[in-house]
Order: sequence, then C-alpha cells, then structure tokens
Amino acid sequence: MSEHSTYTPGTGIEKWLDERLPIIRFSKEHLMDFPTPKNLNYWWTFGAILVMCLGIQIVTGVILAMHYTPNVAMAFDSVEHIRRDVNGGRMIQSFHAVGASMFFAAVYIHIFRGMYFGSYKAPREILWILGVLIFVLMMATAFMGYVLPWGQMSGWAATVITNIFAAIPVIGTPLLELLRGGFSVGNPTLNRFFSLHYLLPFVIAAVVALHIWALHVPGNNNPVGVDVKDSRDTLPFHPYYTMKDAFGMVLFLIPFCWFAFFAPDILGHPDNYIQFNSQVTPAHIVPEWYFLPFYAILRAIDFNILFIDSKLGGVIFFGGSIVILFFLPWLDTAKTRSGNFRPMFKWFYWIFVVNFIALTYLGAAPAEGIYVILAKISTAYYFLHFLFILPILGRIETPRPLPTSISESVLSKKHA
Amino acid sequence: MATQAHHSTTRRDFIFVATGSVAAVGAAATVWPLINQLNPDASTLALASIEFNLANIPEGQSVTITWRGLPVFVRHRTQAEIDEARAVPLSELKDPATDEQRTKEGHAQWLIMIANCTHLGCVPVGDSGDFDGWFCPCHGSHYDSAGRIRRGPAPANLVLPPYEFLSDTLVQIG
Repeated sequence: MSEHSTYTPGTGIEKWLDERLPIIRFSKEHLMDFPTPKNLNYWWTFGAILVMCLGIQIVTGVILAMHYTPNVAMAFDSVEHIRRDVNGGRMIQSFHAVGASMFFAAVYIHIFRGMYFGSYKAPREILWILGVLIFVLMMATAFMGYVLPWGQMSGWAATVITNIFAAIPVIGTPLLELLRGGFSVGNPTLNRFFSLHYLLPFVIAAVVALHIWALHVPGNNNPVGVDVKDSRDTLPFHPYYTMKDAFGMVLFLIPFCWFAFFAPDILGHPDNYIQFNSQVTPAHIVPEWYFLPFYAILRAIDFNILFIDSKLGGVIFFGGSIVILFFLPWLDTAKTRSGNFRPMFKWFYWIFVVNFIALTYLGAAPAEGIYVILAKISTAYYFLHFLFILPILGRIETPRPLPTSISESVLSKKHA
Repeated sequence: MATQAHHSTTRRDFIFVATGSVAAVGAAATVWPLINQLNPDASTLALASIEFNLANIPEGQSVTITWRGLPVFVRHRTQAEIDEARAVPLSELKDPATDEQRTKEGHAQWLIMIANCTHLGCVPVGDSGDFDGWFCPCHGSHYDSAGRIRRGPAPANLVLPPYEFLSDTLVQIG
C-alpha cells in the first residue's frame, strides 16, 4: 500500500539505500504507517501475541538444542541435565514447554476471533487458509517436540500418532516404517523428529510472513466488519497498535510466567518423567490438552462405516475435522462478516464454542460409558456446524443493519 | 506462438515437452534417495531374526520379548485358556480365526504374538479384559485368550510374527 507512504529519505545514506534496497521504506509502510481500522478490540492483539510466542519458542528452542542429545540412550537424561545442571536451564526449559501450551491457547483465541468476526470472508480467504496451514504446522511441530524428552508419554504419543498413518489402505505399513525408520518407534524416529522439530518453526515463520502479506493486501478486518472507506476510519499502526499490542503481550505474559515459574509441570503428565519403555504402555495415555478436541474425534469413530473399518474411519474424521477449516470461507455463505450483526449466527457460534470445549473434555475422559456416546454427539455436531448450519444460516438469516462506516459505528457508540 | 496458426503441434512443442519430461524424471530420481534414507536402515533390518528359549516360562505365565524393536508376547497357556478359545464360535469374531490358526500344531500351549494393539499400537495388559486375555488401556480394546479382537476399536487380531519351533523349547522368531 505504497500510496500511504510518507517516507522521504532524510540523509544521503538513506537515499542511497532507498534506491538499492528500500527496506526502510518497506518497514515504515508496513510496520509503522500501515492504515489500521481504529475500532480494533483486544481480541485483535493476539496476532502480535502469536508472533511473540513463535519468537519465544525459537529462542528458547535454539538454546535447548545446545544442551539436548537426540539419542534414545541419552535424550531423557539430557533433558534432566538441562533442568538441573545447565545455568538457568530450568527456566529456559519450562518457558519452552509452557510456551507450547501458551502458543496454542493464543492460536485458539485467534482462530475463534476470526470465526466470530467473519475474518475469513472475501477478500481474506487466502489469509485464512495460510492461517490454517500455520495451525497444522504448529501441531506437527508441537507433536515432534513432545517426543524429544523421550518419556513414556513421548514414546507412546509417537507410537500412536505414527500408527494413524498405518490406517491408510495398501501403503499404510510401508509408510509407517518409512516415517519411523524402523518397525517400531526407536532411535531413527527420535533423530528425525529432532531434525524436523528444529526445521518446522522456520517454515512457520515463513508462512507467517505470507500470512501478514496476505493481511496487508486487503488490510485488517474489524469488529463491525464493514470495509475501510476513508482515512477517518483508520489509524497508523505505530504508535496506536504497536502500543496496544505491547500491552496485550504484557497481559498475556502474566499467566505465561505464572505457569513457567510456579507450575511448569501442571500442563504435562507425570508419566513423562519415566523413560520410554516400548514394552509397557501407561494406563492412561492422553495427548497434550491442545490436541484433545481432535483426539476425541479420532476416538469417537469406533464402528465400521460400510467398507471403511473403525480405525480408518477415525483417521478420516480426525483429518477431516482440520481439513474442513480450509473450506470455511465457502461454507459460510453469509455476506455479513461480523457476528455482532448476525442474530442467529451468534447463538450457533457459541454453541460451537461450547461443543469444542466439550470435545476437549471428552478427549481426556476415559473411552467408556456415557463419554463414548457424548463424544459421538459432539463429533457429529462439529461437522454439522460447518456442513449444514453455516450454509443454511447464510440463506435464512436476516442480518441487523450495518453502520455505514467504521467512523460512524465508533461515534454512535460514544454517544449511546 | 506464431506457428500455431499453421500446426496444432510443432517440433518445438515436442522438444519442450520431452525436455520437461526428462527434467521431471531426473528430479524424481534425485529426490528418491532423499526420501529412501528414511526407510529402516541396515542395522535395523539386521535384527530381523531371533531365537528364544521357552523352557523357563511356567504354565499360566507370559513374558514380553523384543523382536525388531517390537514387543512380543510369549504366553504359556493353561488348558482352560485353550479350551475357552476353542469353544468360541467363529461367528462371534470380528476378525475370524480359529485357535488352531493362531498357534502351531502340537504347540497349542504357546501363543506368540506381536504385542502392539492393532488399533494404534499400545501394548495391551495381560490377564485382563472381559475375555480372559488382554485389554488395551489406550482405547479399550479387548482380546481373548487366543489374542483375537473381541470388543473395542481395534480392527484386527493381535498380529502373529513369522516363527517356527526349532525344538520343543526353542523358537525362532523372524
């Protein structure tokens, strides 16, 4: 959006640089002057919070890799070595482990914010798709990172999750052996997971750059969901949103630090402090909390569907629950973006949120009795929301009248 | 292209497609070793066959041994367990197999199976479940005293490794 540039090179050196690599001009346009809707609320600070989370994970992760040993004989001990012997290692390790949970907490808020305010709707479909791609990459990275301490939960998570691929007909078993580098999860598996766990955050960073690029073409969505009409609707990103985002980050760091300093293990499982034993599975294996909704969907399919057996069926629904997010921009047929102006959508949105939390709970519950039935109902509702409720709502719902501009909505609120 | 007015395909088009095809095959041939290195390596494959002495396992007991990195159950079954497994009609089974098919002739007391649940690979717990066999704690699959799936999400019976009896007490797995 070069038309918003106010940059004029001040010194001779800046002018020389601007003609060769206009990096200062670019930064000023996109990090400082970028016109941003003036009505963004605190839910919009989670984009910046997520950039901070990625930064924390990369910095702490690079440091941990200086002390960690990716070998089945030494991996478990090397993590304990980090926590006990390395200077400050206890905090660096807990910030990295807690950081993964905080990263997912922030990304779920960010995704649900996008869902409520219709941030995936035209012309922001690519922005949304890149976001879902980042989410998938985050899940892969977090899963492989969880394997590295080589505790019981690590090894069995690796076993169960790689086994998902064995459900694929014909190529399943060769693919499983290719992924593991052996007939079971072992040293080759640990080694490659370490390699990929180090690689993927940088891939995420690259997709984040694309995500921000795709954001800066149409510009931000906003809580009322009407397009920016003129300069009275916007504020420059700096200092208005750099400061608001910084304040959001500080607030976010309060629970983050509480976990890291006072309860670094509360989100983990005690079984992961027992070294991986490929002959004994812990009595209750559950994934980390951020995978629970999808894990509940995986487990909910315990019956054969026509010629598809229960194992493949579970895998199809598990994959489908994530893949369906890519199609959200076309499944939601309503033209009105913001949920604030959609009286019926608003209700179904909150039912969807409650259902998602229910899936989280059910993913951790034992697979027996009433929980099995509830998990099936919740799984069905998850898909029903995307495949039936959203397409139908767009046709039958009458949205409330939209303000003519962002400016008007802000001013009317002030006088109300 | 100007020539398209005269010919639907030209020699230039052919050369273009042929060059592209060779480049694609070349790229695939270069990528394959980069993928293939992920497959089990020579040291992993070298562990493919083991011998195991059964003499020390009393009746009613089982041990878990390791073959190719996989846990393997070796169970010395009691006559009651064998009788129970044989009494089950095949129509009740999700993955039908007779007890005779699950063991070697003349060695019906020995049940040798890969100890990974056929659902997602956890190791089931012995002497438990509703069918006097194994119970998988991860997702609740029950196996009977012949290691056959009876209830739960697992699609198949516990897998039998290739094995043979070298003598009455010595078995070779793999």
